[in-house]
Amino acid sequence: MAAIIFNLFVINKSGGLIFYKDYGTQGRLDTNDSLRLASLWHSMHAISKELSPVNGCNGIEVLEADTFDLHCFQALTGTKIFVATEPGTPGIDSLLKTIYEIYTDYVLKNPFYEVEMPIRCELWDLNLALAVRKDGKAGLVGR
Amino acid sequence: MIGVGRAKQNLNVVDRPLGKGKSEVSLSAFAFLFSELVQYNQGKVENIAELEHRLEEAGFGVGIRMLELLCHRDKANRRETRVLGILSFVHSTVWKSLFGKVADSLEKGTEHEDEYMISEKELLVNRFVSVPGGMGGFNCGTFVAGIVKGVLDGAGFPARVTAHFVAVEGQARPRTTILIKFAEEVVQRDARLA
Repeated sequence: MAAIIFNLFVINKSGGLIFYKDYGTQGRLDTNDSLRLASLWHSMHAISKELSPVNGCNGIEVLEADTFDLHCFQALTGTKIFVATEPGTPGIDSLLKTIYEIYTDYVLKNPFYEVEMPIRCELWDLNLALAVRKDGKAGLVGR
Repeated sequence: MIGVGRAKQNLNVVDRPLGKGKSEVSLSAFAFLFSELVQYNQGKVENIAELEHRLEEAGFGVGIRMLELLCHRDKANRRETRVLGILSFVHSTVWKSLFGKVADSLEKGTEHEDEYMISEKELLVNRFVSVPGGMGGFNCGTFVAGIVKGVLDGAGFPARVTAHFVAVEGQARPRTTILIKFAEEVVQRDARLA
């Protein structure tokens, strides 16, 4: 199963970017752009919740564009993990859940990590790389 | 039958049989608790040596209690008197009841006669911990070193116990080695007993 991922974002509950990584050569962003995009997505997500015609909407889960798909996973704490992928890539939901699992294990259980702050943990990088192989293909999805 | 039940309930705590101790706790719950323990102590210290000291102290209390409990539970109140005996007790019995497995290896130091090493590829307390680069080789395994120290001290084998990261070839993660250096009198006593 080849799933091409362009970039991965993790944002905290107030919309600040706490982790960003790009894969491959397409769709690379510089630091400013990634920060801007992250907080933009945070606001859009919040607005979509208010605008939704149905009750109990939790915000945008997938955004399908001509050149990319954006999949978003929101944890109960408001932390959001989202990835931009090639259009029509399957299996991203489970990849996002795997990434969230890695986040709870290796970031939240690390005594040297401060909640809501940028993620700098060796084990997170290591395990993330296992889940999303370097070339952006989803690796061991659902270990 | 009601009478029997009541008699059981009224048994004094010291008359009740000791639990089997086979129950396991959630790894996640432990990991969060341990993380908080480290963070709490980190907020109370000025430097890393102090943090190590506090973690070791916390482990020490666990070690003393583990010794007492395990001697009573597994060994019918017998206590080891020889260095190798107590070391294999730590390596197997204590490790098994704390971490669910025996330690990966127990070795004698090559340079000094009074040094022993217990090595673990992935120490349970370090499973989710990434130590930042600026902390100069600090190892949360210090807590486990404290436990080992507690067991040894309680059994009458005073020793200096420290935890270190040791890089392994071909592995991304270093392993943790618990270095045990026995006090002078322990070595002498053991030589006498031999």
